[in-house]
Amino acid sequence: MSAPIKVTTANFDELVLKSSKPVLVDFWAEWCGPCRAIAPILDDISAEHGDKLTIAKLNTDEESAIAIKYGVTSIPMLNVYVNGEVVKTIIGAKPKPALLKELEGFI
Amino acid sequence: MSTEVREVVIVGSGPAGYTAAIYAARAQLNPLIYEGSVTAGGALMNTTEVENFPGFIDGIMGPDLMDNMRKQAKRFGAELITDDVVEMNLDGDIKTITDGSGNIVKTKSVILAMGSAYREIGLENEKRLSGRGVSWCATCDGFFFRDQVIAVVGGGDSAVEEATFLTKFASKVVLIHRRDSLRASKIMQDRAFNNPKLEMMWDTEVIDVLGKDKVEGLKLRNTKTGAESTGEFTGLFVAIGHIPRSELVTSQITLDNEGYVQVEGRSTRTNISGVFACGDLVDHTYRQAITAAGSGCQAALDAEKFLSH
Repeated sequence: MSAPIKVTTANFDELVLKSSKPVLVDFWAEWCGPCRAIAPILDDISAEHGDKLTIAKLNTDEESAIAIKYGVTSIPMLNVYVNGEVVKTIIGAKPKPALLKELEGFI
Repeated sequence: MSTEVREVVIVGSGPAGYTAAIYAARAQLNPLIYEGSVTAGGALMNTTEVENFPGFIDGIMGPDLMDNMRKQAKRFGAELITDDVVEMNLDGDIKTITDGSGNIVKTKSVILAMGSAYREIGLENEKRLSGRGVSWCATCDGFFFRDQVIAVVGGGDSAVEEATFLTKFASKVVLIHRRDSLRASKIMQDRAFNNPKLEMMWDTEVIDVLGKDKVEGLKLRNTKTGAESTGEFTGLFVAIGHIPRSELVTSQITLDNEGYVQVEGRSTRTNISGVFACGDLVDHTYRQAITAAGSGCQAALDAEKFLSH
């Protein structure tokens, strides 16, 4: 069991880019309905697969510099980072089975 | 599979689904409502202020309105499940519903309220650049277009509302419409025409979205002269209407040629006994939160009458 971690500009390098495990970063915001809709799904995935894939949440309102750096123009946007590189991008809210299928290679 | 047979299962959770749940719960039909995993709350979850829903003098935020309806349904005992329905077997006296987790529910009646999905222009590059500057949700994505020049395509209320909303962020918003007048309500039009950051581009259609990794411009065509041009935009918001989400029942229920579920006269009865449909799934014309809620109420009353016979 593990809950998603919160990442910020200050710890993005350490917790995401230098992580030994793949990290899924959820770019989200308070006012985004679809982001709220997938939050419990990501909690589930973190609880079930947190040993293989770290789930991290980045608030695009508070940390807009990173959102801009990674070209976020649509949220929710889920980026999977392996060894500091973006290896997968999932845009938009998707049901849990569809999300798990997209993440097959990481969990 | 549980051996229990429910009275009514509601599929979908916009104003139609929740209203059906409120009425069915108060009729003691113990309704089960599949809200959808990511679509729970329906189209209003992606809106901001709803100003025309009666009873809210100062307006209400779309997500708050839906949350209120949900709580109201729950208060009367509706059972809410935040999952998708993946299969329905609607024939016969006992219908079966399969959800995304593989659970199968049996029921005597079903209320279909799956609503609608955003319509796409249908361009290859629109799909390719979706999430890369092409968006269907101004409230979700507008923030990322701060100080940029963006386009909205469409001419109805939602297009004008999105365009107006986007002027909060963008340096300029161009509303592209293929006719020379808007379908949007008068109050929305006035608001748009008086907005200094909003520009109208009449008689124009988008024929291509340009850009390699992100939207850089649009190829446009004048619908009257046929003249083609390009415009520089970093974002394209598509608001050209909706398509009914009837794909789950296509092979079982009679649909019209645009894919809307057909109902009998002024009722919500479909061609299958015990199956009712409401909301945007059946409505070509009005497509308002209040009309969806009204038809959700009708569906619950129709189902109640059906079950009492």
